[in-house]
Amino acid sequence: MGRRVFLGTLALGAVGVAAGPHLQRGVEAFLGGASELDPSGLTGLLPNGGGFRYYTVTSSVPHKDENTYRLTVDGLVDRPRSYTLADLRALPQTRMVRDVQCVTGWRVPSTPFEGVRLSHLLDAAGVHPSAGAVHFTCFDGAYTESLTMEQARRADVLVALRMQDKDIGHTHGGPVRLYVAPMYFYKSAKWLLGITVTEKVQPGYWEERGYDIDAWVGRSNGRDDEPTA
Amino acid sequence: MSPRPDVSPDGAHLHRFSRAERWAHRSTAALMGVCVVTAAFLYVPVLAELVGRRTLVVTVHEWAGIALPVPVLAALGSRALRADLGLLNRFGPHDRRWLAAALRRDKRPSSRPAHKFNAGQKLYASWSAGATLVMLGTGLMMWQTHLVPLQWRVGATFVHDWLALTLGVVLAGHIGMAMADPEARHGMRTGWVARSWARREHPLWEAETRWETEKSSS
Repeated sequence: MGRRVFLGTLALGAVGVAAGPHLQRGVEAFLGGASELDPSGLTGLLPNGGGFRYYTVTSSVPHKDENTYRLTVDGLVDRPRSYTLADLRALPQTRMVRDVQCVTGWRVPSTPFEGVRLSHLLDAAGVHPSAGAVHFTCFDGAYTESLTMEQARRADVLVALRMQDKDIGHTHGGPVRLYVAPMYFYKSAKWLLGITVTEKVQPGYWEERGYDIDAWVGRSNGRDDEPTA
Repeated sequence: MSPRPDVSPDGAHLHRFSRAERWAHRSTAALMGVCVVTAAFLYVPVLAELVGRRTLVVTVHEWAGIALPVPVLAALGSRALRADLGLLNRFGPHDRRWLAAALRRDKRPSSRPAHKFNAGQKLYASWSAGATLVMLGTGLMMWQTHLVPLQWRVGATFVHDWLALTLGVVLAGHIGMAMADPEARHGMRTGWVARSWARREHPLWEAETRWETEKSSS
């Protein structure tokens, strides 16, 4: 009898794995509805409860504000320079509303991002003809990311200052983060510190740990999510 | 028949758990604790913000999970553990009465007959063993991403998340019941329990030793 309970639990687990994708959609729909009626926000803690999850690869991240934040653009460019937050705000702003898709499975629908097109900063710096890629560093001191020059110049790649129509807070990677709309969210590096134009792509933090470098949503990392852009 | 319990020379204490069983329990509890704490660091946003170091926490979680069945498997060499597994596997008519009383919230010892393990402990043992292996299997699918196709991994993530929550609740119940019963904890710590406790909580088990004592004195 005890053995039957044991084997039954195992069997239920296997059924759950097989039926998981269907069940997950059902639970997401149900909790999505429930969370709108839930003022405590506790449903957000349940699996598939929606919302962002906080990931950082370091133990602590310094805070940067109006006075201390600088974004540098350097590498294979004619005019390296650094930007303050005010400098970045003075540039033309682009607002986009797309889904955010994390490679671990969670998705946040219709999230507005707003900021300066990366291509704008690259043009302002004057990219050398020999340049083939862009490398990003972050002020958490560990995270890095990369894009090919072609990817970096897309109109849906932003140096984002605002998310969900608010200035980006520290936990979401503020005051400035990268936003790569068509790719899994690990490409959208938080706490953006430096943009370095390079000859070739250098794999980023998670990419050295097995993630795909070309992280198109739905066409990489062995996943088939609905594309976000 | 299972071996009858050993009795202390003064007859006031019964031997409940062997050294191997106690160490298996202790090690499993420690590994499970590591799994639960690291899971909280990965999953609860406030704690994730506090701790960070995602790569390290993930690695600790994975290896603690892999190691989770090792203590019990190692202790299978112990005859006492194998005998107890046999007792946990066997459900008798008194277990049905025990479960019915539990469902009625009837707490009188007389309505809850039990041998060495009561029906609740038997269910807990079988279910948590199965659930642990399901967590291990689904965890492996999420860890070794090239092992299985994507659809399986989505399902594995779903099962791993929800079963983790369920296991957490059940585990809290297990710990809560132990906290409420010092003699049960004493048994798991030293291996010995008071006969008076056994007579109340596990009368059918305690009766076997009396029968033995009476037989040997006659």
